[in-house]
Amino acid sequence: MPVDLDPDAKFAAYAHPERLVSTAWLREHQHDAGLIVLESDEDVLLYESGHIPGAVKIDWHTELNDQVQRDFVDSAAFAAVLGSKGITRDSTVVIYGDKNNWWAAYALWVFSLYGHPDVRLLDGGRDKWIAEGGALTREATDVAAEEYPIVPRNDAPIRAFKEDVLAHFGHPLIDVRSPEEYTGERTTMPAYPEEGALRGGHIPSAASVPWARAAAADATFKTREELEAIYRGEAGLRENDAVIAYCRIGERSSHTWFVLTHLLGFEDVRNYDGSWTEWGNAVRVPIVTGPAAGEAPEPR
Amino acid sequence: MTTTALPAKLAEIQEDFLELEQKDRLLLLLEFADELPELPSRYRDHPDLLERVVECQSPVFIFVDVDDQDAVHLHATAPRESPTTRGFASILAQGLDGLSVAEVLDVPDDYPQTIGLTQAVSPLRIRGMSAMLARTKRRLRERP
Repeated sequence: MPVDLDPDAKFAAYAHPERLVSTAWLREHQHDAGLIVLESDEDVLLYESGHIPGAVKIDWHTELNDQVQRDFVDSAAFAAVLGSKGITRDSTVVIYGDKNNWWAAYALWVFSLYGHPDVRLLDGGRDKWIAEGGALTREATDVAAEEYPIVPRNDAPIRAFKEDVLAHFGHPLIDVRSPEEYTGERTTMPAYPEEGALRGGHIPSAASVPWARAAAADATFKTREELEAIYRGEAGLRENDAVIAYCRIGERSSHTWFVLTHLLGFEDVRNYDGSWTEWGNAVRVPIVTGPAAGEAPEPR
Repeated sequence: MTTTALPAKLAEIQEDFLELEQKDRLLLLLEFADELPELPSRYRDHPDLLERVVECQSPVFIFVDVDDQDAVHLHATAPRESPTTRGFASILAQGLDGLSVAEVLDVPDDYPQTIGLTQAVSPLRIRGMSAMLARTKRRLRERP
């Protein structure tokens, strides 16, 4: 039985309001049966330093990424991870995290690869919860493990590989990295560690829309109107466009994927998780340096 | 595992981590994060003396101090929202404190990989601690 939706007026304007809940909603529904609240952060210890009472931790690096092959965990591992967190296929899962829900959106996107039916983000994430004086605890959450079914991962609708990007030329690409990474001045975010790309720049024809522009100062998503102005107005996306978003390893672009898919209602948006750490190292793929988007090459 | 003899405090920290289950290792790291002392006021007022460890994902600054007895003291500051980084800094600050310059330079560069955190924290994140150690050593080598 799915948990009630949040009737918040701001959400109602989005294409899929059922994908968001507010902090006020969470305070009210925190203890509803069938609801699992997950925290997904960049910092692997942040949850332990204090989390929303009853929330369970999920770690993007150690639990959602395969530790050997560069890929997400397979169906059996995904089922084991979710089962260990007390999640069933019928659970309503609300994910929140640090940094404008950046890693929460990444976890939500991985849940979507496995088609988990009811997964939502807490608008404003960890920062807003704390800013409003929400309780945090270090007390470990008691989790009763559940059986999560082993379901196939369906990459095609929302995940792009390098070959898909090469075939996509002529359709919109969104580069969600910082302006310095886009021009090729840097290959990592300002103030982040060098993770190794041989070339700096961007995929030809990609529009630059840094991911965090979708977030307001309080870490919530901007309104539908504000988002339309950015993605349709500035980046020039049109109704029915097929879009691919990318960043450095696919985490920031899963945030933009969420915005385009669930808030603005684009139906064909894929996240290229190979992103710049693959493209910037790949042999014989075209790149563009400098601030201009560049022409789209012939698709191949 | 390294073969060089570790200074006593670093060896003790290593043993403390290794004897714990993976999950409890994170809690011990959190204890270290909680214990990271505030910067001495002379550095608080002189942010220019601090060096940013750019390899870390969060803003962490270190300052390496050598006293009259040739004893090294590492000071570090990192935000509360970055407990992993604070934990790493705290391990090094406690583990290196009071060692001579030569002893610090002899600490194996792979010490961060040997305290049993690569699985719980991930190898990528451990790099931040390796960078802190490397920068500490470089500061000592380049000391006027």
